[in-house]
Amino acid sequence: MYGKGILKGLSVSAKRFFETYLDDLRWLGRKRYGSPEGIAHRASKNGRGIFTVQYPEEKVPVPEEFRFVPFLVYDEGPAGEKNFRCTACGICAKVCPPQCIWMTRASDPATGRPIPDASEFFIDADICMNCGLCAEFCPFDAIKMDHDYELATHGRNVFDKWKLAKPAGYYENIRPINAARENAARAAKEAARVAREA
Amino acid sequence: MAVPTAERTLDLSARFPGFVVPDNRPGYSGWLVDRGHLLEVAAGIRDELGYDYLSSVTGVDYLPEGRMEVVYQVYQTTGGPGLVFKVQLERKDPIEVPSLVSIYPGAELQEREVWDLLGIRFSGHPDLRRILMWEGFAGHPLRKDWHEAYFEEEAKPFKSRWPGGKIVHAENQNPFNDNVAYPLDFDPEKWVPEGEAALYGALAKFQLQDGTGLSTDHVVVNLGPQHPSTHGVFRVAVTLEGETIVSLKPVIGYLHRNHEKIAERNTYIMNMPYTDRLDYLSSMSNNFGYALAVEKLMGIQPPERADYLRVMMAEMTRVSNHLMAIGAFLNDLGAYFTPMLYALEERELILDIFEAVAGSRMMCNYFRFGGVARDLPEGTPEKIRDLFYERLPRRIEEIDRFLTENEIIRARGIGQGVLTAEDAIRYSAAGPLLRASGIPYDVRRAEPYSIYDRFEFEVAVRSNGDIYDRLIIRLDEIRQSIRIVQQAIKQMPAGPVQALKPVYQVRVPPGESYGRVEGPKGELGFYLVSNGKPNPWRYHVRAPSFINLTAFSPMCLGQKIADVVAILGSIDIVLGETDR
Repeated sequence: MYGKGILKGLSVSAKRFFETYLDDLRWLGRKRYGSPEGIAHRASKNGRGIFTVQYPEEKVPVPEEFRFVPFLVYDEGPAGEKNFRCTACGICAKVCPPQCIWMTRASDPATGRPIPDASEFFIDADICMNCGLCAEFCPFDAIKMDHDYELATHGRNVFDKWKLAKPAGYYENIRPINAARENAARAAKEAARVAREA
Repeated sequence: MAVPTAERTLDLSARFPGFVVPDNRPGYSGWLVDRGHLLEVAAGIRDELGYDYLSSVTGVDYLPEGRMEVVYQVYQTTGGPGLVFKVQLERKDPIEVPSLVSIYPGAELQEREVWDLLGIRFSGHPDLRRILMWEGFAGHPLRKDWHEAYFEEEAKPFKSRWPGGKIVHAENQNPFNDNVAYPLDFDPEKWVPEGEAALYGALAKFQLQDGTGLSTDHVVVNLGPQHPSTHGVFRVAVTLEGETIVSLKPVIGYLHRNHEKIAERNTYIMNMPYTDRLDYLSSMSNNFGYALAVEKLMGIQPPERADYLRVMMAEMTRVSNHLMAIGAFLNDLGAYFTPMLYALEERELILDIFEAVAGSRMMCNYFRFGGVARDLPEGTPEKIRDLFYERLPRRIEEIDRFLTENEIIRARGIGQGVLTAEDAIRYSAAGPLLRASGIPYDVRRAEPYSIYDRFEFEVAVRSNGDIYDRLIIRLDEIRQSIRIVQQAIKQMPAGPVQALKPVYQVRVPPGESYGRVEGPKGELGFYLVSNGKPNPWRYHVRAPSFINLTAFSPMCLGQKIADVVAILGSIDIVLGETDR
């Protein structure tokens, strides 16, 4: 019969239309929209009917490895001072594909010799391609990729050292598994160093 | 090291004594052909030796040696390793070499690209115009002595970044209207834009006299570059007789950014995220091809588990790309967005997996030389299993159901835009385009790379070579990819995913290599020349979207103007890769 193929196609659409409401009925009493379970269910193997997420009211949670414009990690000192892990070694600036990282190595005010710290650190976030190579190759776990993707502004996004600074606790919060692994590795390294010096 | 010497068993220099010699430079392979005998040798290679498929034509500028080289990669469509032959030319304008279009018509667009970017003229080419840059552009940008207006340094990393880095805003470097270099004798008063006379001149013209005293003239129509169904900034200039296409030329380059020049400034690892942006719908495949080419040069092998991860990701990319292709194609046919969104739903779930594994949905940047960036995070194998065992097979059948029997799709597709098997090979068509024409050529089978020889799958093939077959073959390929992912996830061993210690600058020994993979859109090849420095000396992408366009014009001739959109949709191009 001519037109059978078209009818079959339309039946697929109709099925989806009704399944949306059937699923709503199945979820009576539970929150299907705006709740983490609801979002997860819609994208699961059992998800039927409506699939979309109503951004910005609903947001799909980002996985741990998700990467956006990098930030600089600092450890908080006892008096609340910010001890940046960055030593200004320059590896991130050298591996950056679009070359959007600039830094100036700090020098000791008394002797004028370079010290392992960055006096200035810039990332041009509008040029950054979010590739994550800086975080991957940083030997000091000092630069990490962020999860905050809502960066739209009216102007330019050139971030300096203080805008980029985020505490180690924030990093452990967004990437718990990675942070735990790196902290353990750093602790082991530190212990080995102490043992060697003793 | 470069390609092993297996192909040397075939002795071209004995068959063509005097004008073919083996390329004996360390790290290089293949044959050097004398320019004067190129046509004769190429005809012999095609007809006597059976290398009927011209995969890639590219040029290399050896500035320090004062040489230019044109490199041809040919293959047999029955499978097996390829053959490389080169022509060396003195680097003194005009640089000229005979065009191979008469023997391998698939060289047409590629030779235009070499002329455009490297300034090598191909004598006897039917339509040698610039292709990525515009007519009137000064210079040939891939030459090593060509510099852009705001040239910073020959190679990255640029010295101004560290240790005394001073922030420079890109827009201050390139204020509007000022990022242009003018020739020394440029006089704006006398300048007349070249316009598009060359393009319209290349279109066939006709005039009909039908005896009634009324003459019919040709009509030139431009589709694009801003057109909703050209999948990006793609333009087609056509000459029409009534509604029938008499002549057609694709116009590309609107998205050109000289990816290859950027790559030659980058270090090897920096190129990995840039390859994502070629065919941005299938970045994992792009990563794969590039990683293979560099690994060939470095002579390293990724560990077992990394190989499985690579294959799995590449096949998932194929599924997501074909879903997108089918959806966008139905959009072009007028099934406005409903089927497209059904396809996007499933693609979305694959992208979710990429996001969890690689950190980004589309710009994956997941492969590294000697492995992959990281192992699967917790929970992901289950997600992949759910998707590839339960949800996807079901959904693919659903797409099949509303698609394959639809009368409108059949009417628009069957028998339209036919590409015969002979033409598909002649025009160097690749991927689904080639296989829908009845040539079961798939790099995964023809010359297995990575660990594809371990999987059971069939090379999808259809026989009619029309629009409908090119659509259905994508569904077949999705089914085969699902099979491969299922096998990969079952067989995947535990172990490390990286063979090397992660270093931010790899050492690549001098030489050349050609790494190719079966990308979702066709054969994706990377031709690399290393001179031992941290940056590649030459980096060329054999972009399937670009080369498949060679067959676009012959497919369209004699069709109606409305079919152009359907035929283009069935090729499945991505402009990020076409324009590079």
